[in-house]
Amino acid sequence: MLPFIPLIVLLAAMLPPLAERYDGRNAGAWTTALVTALALAALLFLSPAVFSGGVQRAGWEWLPELGLNLSFRLDGLALLFGLLITGIGLLVILYARYYLSEHDNLGRFYSLLLLFMGAMLGIVLADNLLLLLMFWELTSLGSFLLIGYWHPRADARRGARLALTVTAGGGLALLGGFLLLGHIVGSFELSAVLAAGETVKQHPGYLATLLLILLGVFTKSAQFPLHFWLPQAMAAPTPVSAYLHSATMVKAGVFLLARLFPVLADTDPWFFLVGGVGLLTLLFAAYAALFQHDIKGLLAYSTISHLGLITLLFGLGTPLTAVAGVFHIINHAIFKASLFMAAGIIDHETGCRDMRQLNGLFKFMPQTAVLAILAAAAMAGVPLLNGFLSKEMFFAQTIHSAALGGAGVLLPVLATVAGVFSVAYSARFIHDVFFNGEPINLPRIPHEPPRYLRVPVEILVVVCLLVGIVPAYTVGPMLAVAAVSVVGGPLPPYSLAIWHGFNLPLLMSALALAGGACMYGQRQWLFRLRDRYPLPVGKILFGRSQRAVISATRQITGWLENGSLQCYLAWLLGTAVLAGGWGLASGGKLTGEVPLQPLDGLSLLLALLLAVAALLTVFWQRQRLTALIVLGVVGLVVVLAFVRFSAPDLALTQLTVEVVTTILLLLALRFLPAEAMVESALSRRLRDAGLAIMVGLGVAILAWGVLTRAPHTALVDYLLATSLPGGGGANVVNVILVDFRGFDTLGETTVLAIAALGIVALLAGGLPTPTAPPVAARDADRHPLLLRMGVRPILAVTLLLAAYVFLRGHNLPGGGFVAGLVTALGLVTQYLAGDFRWTAEKLGFDHQRLIAVGLLLIALTGLMSTAFDHPFLTSTFAHLHFPLTGEFEIASAMIFDLGVYLIVVGVVMLILLELGQSETAEGAWNC
Amino acid sequence: MELLIVGVIGLLTACGVYLLLRARSFTVVLGLALLSYAVNLFLLAMGRLAMHRPPILEPGRWDYSDPVPQALVLTAIVIGFGMTAFLTVLALRARKDLGSDQVDGSRTHP
Repeated sequence: MLPFIPLIVLLAAMLPPLAERYDGRNAGAWTTALVTALALAALLFLSPAVFSGGVQRAGWEWLPELGLNLSFRLDGLALLFGLLITGIGLLVILYARYYLSEHDNLGRFYSLLLLFMGAMLGIVLADNLLLLLMFWELTSLGSFLLIGYWHPRADARRGARLALTVTAGGGLALLGGFLLLGHIVGSFELSAVLAAGETVKQHPGYLATLLLILLGVFTKSAQFPLHFWLPQAMAAPTPVSAYLHSATMVKAGVFLLARLFPVLADTDPWFFLVGGVGLLTLLFAAYAALFQHDIKGLLAYSTISHLGLITLLFGLGTPLTAVAGVFHIINHAIFKASLFMAAGIIDHETGCRDMRQLNGLFKFMPQTAVLAILAAAAMAGVPLLNGFLSKEMFFAQTIHSAALGGAGVLLPVLATVAGVFSVAYSARFIHDVFFNGEPINLPRIPHEPPRYLRVPVEILVVVCLLVGIVPAYTVGPMLAVAAVSVVGGPLPPYSLAIWHGFNLPLLMSALALAGGACMYGQRQWLFRLRDRYPLPVGKILFGRSQRAVISATRQITGWLENGSLQCYLAWLLGTAVLAGGWGLASGGKLTGEVPLQPLDGLSLLLALLLAVAALLTVFWQRQRLTALIVLGVVGLVVVLAFVRFSAPDLALTQLTVEVVTTILLLLALRFLPAEAMVESALSRRLRDAGLAIMVGLGVAILAWGVLTRAPHTALVDYLLATSLPGGGGANVVNVILVDFRGFDTLGETTVLAIAALGIVALLAGGLPTPTAPPVAARDADRHPLLLRMGVRPILAVTLLLAAYVFLRGHNLPGGGFVAGLVTALGLVTQYLAGDFRWTAEKLGFDHQRLIAVGLLLIALTGLMSTAFDHPFLTSTFAHLHFPLTGEFEIASAMIFDLGVYLIVVGVVMLILLELGQSETAEGAWNC
Repeated sequence: MELLIVGVIGLLTACGVYLLLRARSFTVVLGLALLSYAVNLFLLAMGRLAMHRPPILEPGRWDYSDPVPQALVLTAIVIGFGMTAFLTVLALRARKDLGSDQVDGSRTHP
């Protein structure tokens, strides 16, 4: 059951929009609430075992080689957080239903909320560090989407981006920390990690691990100096702030501190880093909160300050401070959620969040005012409310640390100072908003909110009171069981009571209350002081560096990526030339030791012909038809080169492809301007020519280096030796294609088929208007009788030739590729000479089906081998060959080659006929 | 002989690259064809230059050219056709949609 809690919530994230579409806004809210309630009920159902001291584990293996498992655990800490997440989640769902307006897409909101809730539950329930990290990143993404919920607003987008940048950056550091931690422990399972605390602390990699993990924690929990994203995140709708920025997301960081407390705590670096950062955050944010004019901004800074307090408590590193830390996590979640909701109500009913305008709201909304005042008093640490208890515990712990001597002596003093500021900003929240004269220029006349908008606040404030008055009966058991799993052993004695007698902590509380009230009274003076000496805020520094990076990137991108493909290509080639040149320059012998072969006159002559033809292609590039003809000359000389250098198969293939390509380009030329003007400036052409010469030179040097060295013959010898006994063919090239590298051929023919289908899809969108006049206009007798009759018998001869080439392919030059091309040529000749439609009727078959049959044949021959428990494709032939005669072996390879043949025929016909057919549609070939 | 084939490969590459850098789609197709010839010859040359030694097994003959580059080039030729065809049709389609046969799709020279 345990693993399903987060997974089902995550899956259910797709339901609210569907429910809303089906049955209106309430349906979305009900669905979300139902899912959350289910998760809550499941947690409660599992809780008795936890309260009796057990730890439940469940899950499955996922990628065990990587140490990643879908494993979950439920102990006291996980249960506490799970209850907070689902419990406060339920209240937020109700609140959001009445907070968001008619124009807001409620389905999307609830969907994102469930996504976030599932991820959050995943963090607290995960029993695997890598799994935890995945959920951690998911909360960053979820928070990005939720903060940016009102995405048409620029500040929402900015806040979301900032939050994502900072928290995802922290997530990256956390990944590093977790990998190190898993490496040290030898397992990513939390259960193993928690048991290996001493090993980790002794390990030389401890400090690096700690630093990386803390970076993740501090970004998530908005600790100084990485806190600046949280105030910006207040652009989110208030239900989001109430949920993410009080109870859940920012608590994920301190949750991790608590979770890894037994593993990492109680060392000097932990004490100074965690405690130091916590203290600094506590003080700085409490100070900053006082000067916020936006009520949500004040609450945001107060949240940062309280998170600092919790961090400080964990940083002190004793079991008692850990108990106090857990206690404050609970209390803060409750009173801060209610405060955010109250602030949301004020914003909702007045249309304003600025405390310089919001004044004297008590008489407009007395009920809300009472609730908000109680919650703010809890924040300030007023007795009878929950905040007082944990703050008292905090004060007591600081005194305890001071008794140890050293820098700790300062701690109680600084804690009291932070308490003073905390009371002062709470007083400002209460007095400025609800009293202090009359409202100024509010967009709306304030009034009480709808009933159900206030219900969640009422519930939370009642909880504040209950915990504050009778802590032992309410939060006591939960706190104890959660603290046990943080401390990792029996708990030290502590007492949950309001009255501990007259002692030092009580004095500190009294001092804080009195000092805070005084400070609030003297606030005008403080505001002037702050205006004169503003603090350098991280946000500004961050923003400045971010802008600098972005503008630099834009400049570089604008310069490099100017939209010209030619430019990109030039850059690519230039880089290749430079890299190659560097390799050449860094030494090594250019020429090898193998003696050169003699040159013969015929080869020289043909090479000269090729050179002239290639240069003429370049020279006549703008007379397109001429260029195409000269290109054909180049191709024919290449065919002869293949013959000369003992590659008869290549010669056959190149020859047939040459003809097919020429027909294709001739067809295409009809749709392009026959001549083009000179496009580029002389300097550009010179630059390109220089680049081209450099590339050509580089390739030539490379070829020279290889050709003058002796070849490695191991592979060749193997292939030559096994071709006949293993592959059953004397034509080694063909055996390689259909047997040794059959899988490659399968891939290549598939690519060919995809290219053909792509062409069909492209041509379905139509072709440009032909630039040349239709044939009919130029020639009255388009299909001369002699030609038409003459080619018909040729078809039979061509097909016979193809069959011959195909059948002998395994032992002599030929094979499926060549035979396919020959067949296609024979067919195309019929179309060229005769009437298109008439030929299509006589010869028309479905070429796409032909391709499909070919691919199927290849795949089936391959699959046949798996039926004999041999790997796909290749081994079949070897396997079948040994027990049987060579005859059977050849037949098996032939089916494969037949597949290749069919695909080649299908592809060539499909491509040429599609282009030709388009011509008929334009009335060019036949009309 | 080696020097000759190296020169041919270099020249074909240079011509192909120069045409590839031109602005019109048809010229680019021409350049690609030239470059394909160069690459195919280059690949074949990787098996060294063997004359009168086709890799067709015959009894009593022990001297064969390297069949591996040949198998590579054979599929490369056929795939090359597929690519040329696709590129050509893409160029035609681009001309229809953009009214220009510029590789950048710019409309300045219709």
